[in-house]
Formats: sequence, C-alpha cells, structure tokens
Amino acid sequence: MPKIATREAYGEALTEIGEKIKEIVVLDADLSKSTKTSVFAKKFPERFFNIGIAEQNLMGIAAGLATCGKIPFASTFAVFATGRAFEQIRNSICYPKLNVKIAASHAGLTVGEDGATHQSIEDIALMRTLPNMVVINPADAVETKKAIYAAAMYNGPVYIRLGRHPVDVIFDESYEFQLGKGIVLREGKDVAIIATGVMVAEALKAHEELKKENIHAMVVNISTIKPIDKELLLKAADCKAVITVEEHTIYGGLGSAVTEVLSEEKPVLVKRIGIEDTFGESGKPEELLKKYGLTVERIVCEAKKILGIKG
Amino acid sequence: MLNNEKIEELCNISKRVRKNIIEMITEAGSGHPGGSLSCADILVALYFHVMKVDPQNPGWEDRDRFVLSKGHAAPAIYAVLAEKGFFPVDELKTLRKVDSRLQGHPDMKKTPGIDMTTGSLGQGISAAVGMALAGKLDKKDYRVYAVLGDGELQEGQVWEAAMAAAHYKLDNLTIFLDHNHLQIDGTVKEVLSPEDVGEKFKAFNWNVININGHDFYQIIDAVEKAKKIKEKPTAIIAETIKGKGVPFMENQVDWHGKAPSKEQAKEALNYLN
Repeated sequence: MPKIATREAYGEALTEIGEKIKEIVVLDADLSKSTKTSVFAKKFPERFFNIGIAEQNLMGIAAGLATCGKIPFASTFAVFATGRAFEQIRNSICYPKLNVKIAASHAGLTVGEDGATHQSIEDIALMRTLPNMVVINPADAVETKKAIYAAAMYNGPVYIRLGRHPVDVIFDESYEFQLGKGIVLREGKDVAIIATGVMVAEALKAHEELKKENIHAMVVNISTIKPIDKELLLKAADCKAVITVEEHTIYGGLGSAVTEVLSEEKPVLVKRIGIEDTFGESGKPEELLKKYGLTVERIVCEAKKILGIKG
Repeated sequence: MLNNEKIEELCNISKRVRKNIIEMITEAGSGHPGGSLSCADILVALYFHVMKVDPQNPGWEDRDRFVLSKGHAAPAIYAVLAEKGFFPVDELKTLRKVDSRLQGHPDMKKTPGIDMTTGSLGQGISAAVGMALAGKLDKKDYRVYAVLGDGELQEGQVWEAAMAAAHYKLDNLTIFLDHNHLQIDGTVKEVLSPEDVGEKFKAFNWNVININGHDFYQIIDAVEKAKKIKEKPTAIIAETIKGKGVPFMENQVDWHGKAPSKEQAKEALNYLN
C-alpha cells in the first residue's frame, strides 16, 4: 500500500478545486510549505494570502472574506488553529455561520519530534463543542481530497483535520465521501471497531489479526465526527461491544461522541482507545504511537478483553 | 455637498440617535451608554453622508461595509440603522430581549444592515481587513469602515490586523478610533496605556488623521482625505467624550456599562431635547 500524508492530498485538492471554484481563496499563517497551501499559492498567487504568524487575525480575515462571498480555506497547524484562535473561530466564524473552512494540519502525536507543544490532541473536542461547526477527520489521501470537495460545496464552517505523517491509502478513487456519513469497511458481529483519521488503517489491520483468532470485528470509519452518523453507530452497537480508536485525547473526541449517542440510544459496552489525559513528547511518529498505545496490538488486546477472551 | 443645512440635518439625526440610545438601554435595563454616545456622531456621519448603502437591500454587493469592532456600542449602530430605515424605530425597544433581532452585541444574521457579528474586542478589525481584501480581489470600489475603541487597542489582534492591512496596501479601509480615554476599570492610561496611538499606527505604515470626533465637518473631511490616499489604510483618531450629550454621563467611567434608571433617563432626555 502506498503511504501519503493527508496534508499532501489537501494541497493537491485545493489546487484542483481552485481551478473550478473561483471564489476559493487560501490563507496561511507562515506555514504554507508545511500545510501544502504553497501548491495553491504557486498556481493562484492572487488568491493566496499569507497572514504571517498571527492565527487570530487569520481567522478574522477569513471571516471578513466570507462575508463578501469568498470561500476561504484558512490553514495552519491544528494546535494553533484551534487553540490560539478558538474564540475567533467561535465568535467571528461559527456564531455568524460564515463559509470558512479551517484546514488544520500536523494534528495528533504523529507530528513527532517537535514534541507536546506542537501535538494537537484536543482539537476535535474543541471544534466539536462549537454550534454550526462541521468536523471532518479523513482517514487517507483519497478521503481527504473528497472531503475537501465536500467542504467547499457545503455552505458553513468546516474544520478539517490533517496529518503530517504519511499514512496508508485505504480507499480507491471510486469511494464516495458523504458529509455526515460513516462507512462500514469490514463486516463483523463480535466487536465493532469505530476508528477515525489515521487510526482507520490500524483498525483494518486489527480486523485481520482478530480474524486469525476467529473473532469477527466490524470496522467502521467515522470521518465526519460532527454531525455524527447516528444510524451507523446504532448498527455497530448490534455487536457485543464497541471500541473507539483515535489519535486524540479520549476526552471529547470520537470516543466521547460515540458514547454520547450509544449511552442515550443503545447502551453497549464501549472501550475508548486514545491518548489518556497526558501530553505527548518528542519522538518518531511510530515510537510515539507505540508508547501511547495507538497500535494494532493494543486494539487486538482491548478487543479480546472487552469480549472476555483471555489473551 | 456639505453645507450648513446638511450639518444641521446631521446634528438633528444625532440628537434623535442619542435619545434612542438612552431610551433603548433604559428599556433593556442593561447596556453600554457611555461608548454608544461617544461614537454616535461618527456613525451618523458615515450612514447619512459618507457610505453607499441601501436600506431596502441590506446585502447589496457593492455597498460600503461597516464593522463596529467595539461591539458593545450596539445601541448606537441600531439607532442609526433604524433612523436610516433598515428596520422600524419602534423595534429599538426590543433591545436585549428574548426573540429580538437586536442582540446585546451586533449579530449580522439577525439584524438587517449589520455587516459583521462583533462583540469580542479586537476581532472586528480583522473582519474589516478581510472585507477590504475581498474588495481589492474583486476590483470593486466599495470602501470598508470600522470603529474601534481605545481600550480595544490592548488586544494584540488589533495590531496583527493593522500589520496585515498595511502589508496588503488596503487603501479602501478606514478605521475610526473612538478615542474617549475610558474603559471599564478606569482611564485607558491607568489601566494599560497604549501611549501615542497615532504614532503606533504611523509606525505600522498607516495614514493617520487626528480630528474631533463630534465635529461633522472634521469627520467628513477626514474621510474625504482618506479616500485620496493610495496604497495605505487610514486611521482617523477621533477625540471623543464618553457619554457625550448627557452631562452627568460625560467622562464618567461608571457609565461604561450601566443602564440609567427611569428618572435618570428622563433627565438625560431633557438635556438632549
């Protein structure tokens, strides 16, 4: 399987869609080489604005552009986009429901060596609390491209979470991304593994491992975390238990979103796999995923545990 | 044309706007009279002489834009918009009440004529920069105006926006500083002095004009000068009096965010008659 970082797909998608939709403008906060908006900037220099290292202003200018009919894609690292500019996103973008897309790269532990200050592990939680905000966390390069198209066509604020680290390509070009819809990637009745973002590829590998032991795991990809696909979650809850997997704190992200729905509508035992009330640290992405328990082995182990199978 | 007749008309509008500000805040039982009264003349000059707007078509694409960055002065913009015909003057008494189109701070989705949702200080100016950028991109000749408070300059975002406006040479952007020298906790100088604000904007490569913010000749003249400046945004530093027009409110910190009692309102209206 080829590995491509979702941010790479973002840069390509922007450039393609920028050709078709002239209202699209792109803003960055001095990270265009890393967020890959530089690809767009090269092709459409007049529609690219570097706002400098000023994320609050980045969001405000994007809001102003949106009031004049533009479709701004405001890009920076997830930790700065959602943390430093949270209140700007809340009051200047979400409250007036302006048509701004926030594309946040370098999310999660897999930023790697830069360490905890740059590892955004709470961005989904922050963005999910905001009324009017749509939150998308694509699993691979193909889904990222399709999600960027869908975001551009949707009228309102959208947060798109992107990663720095290359990840497996799961989907082929025939995949149809639908805003607000999840997808069952593998059928199974014993346990449902509901994953998001870069952890989807790991969930698929866990499915294969479990199959060897005659455990049939359903694998669900939830790329739109808000609004979440309730119908699909209820279907997953037909399994004996549910496991959620995300490269994000277990507080407020996918795991919380899933348990909110299931505890109210179809109570089932849920185990949340994610970062557990701790900051990350410097290291290679793979080393960090291992240290913080975001691995195939961990998913397999938790699946057996929740099913009461001794491993 | 700006003649004595026009000035008199603006003065009369301003008087009605001030009375409405007092009445609506009294009726609401809360709000910000001081800073609404201090920027009232600037808003009247903009909406009744300077800006191209159409009350029948608030979303008109080619209109001039206005952002009240100091969103707590919402009563001032509401009174001006009602006077201009964007919605009935009668509606002003619904300010801050449930189901009203007139929120405590401006909401562009609810109130006809409001171009940007504001209220969190420092954010409006960035949106104004975005609007001016869009105007340049579309080669439109509309202009963007914003009013900021002097306490608001303590927000770092203001200077981020100031940098960007100069960098992108936004000569279609004009901001007014409602320089009334007071904020909630005391004088701006005591709380956290921004020192010489004119020099600060100049250092950010803005065109700076100093005026008396209650003199219609000076307000309009400054706008005309700003229109002639190329490749630079303009900051009009308008010296104003907080609570202007109501003697017992003038220059009093206490009247930043307090509604007058019925008796106080009566007294205030007497002064404004």
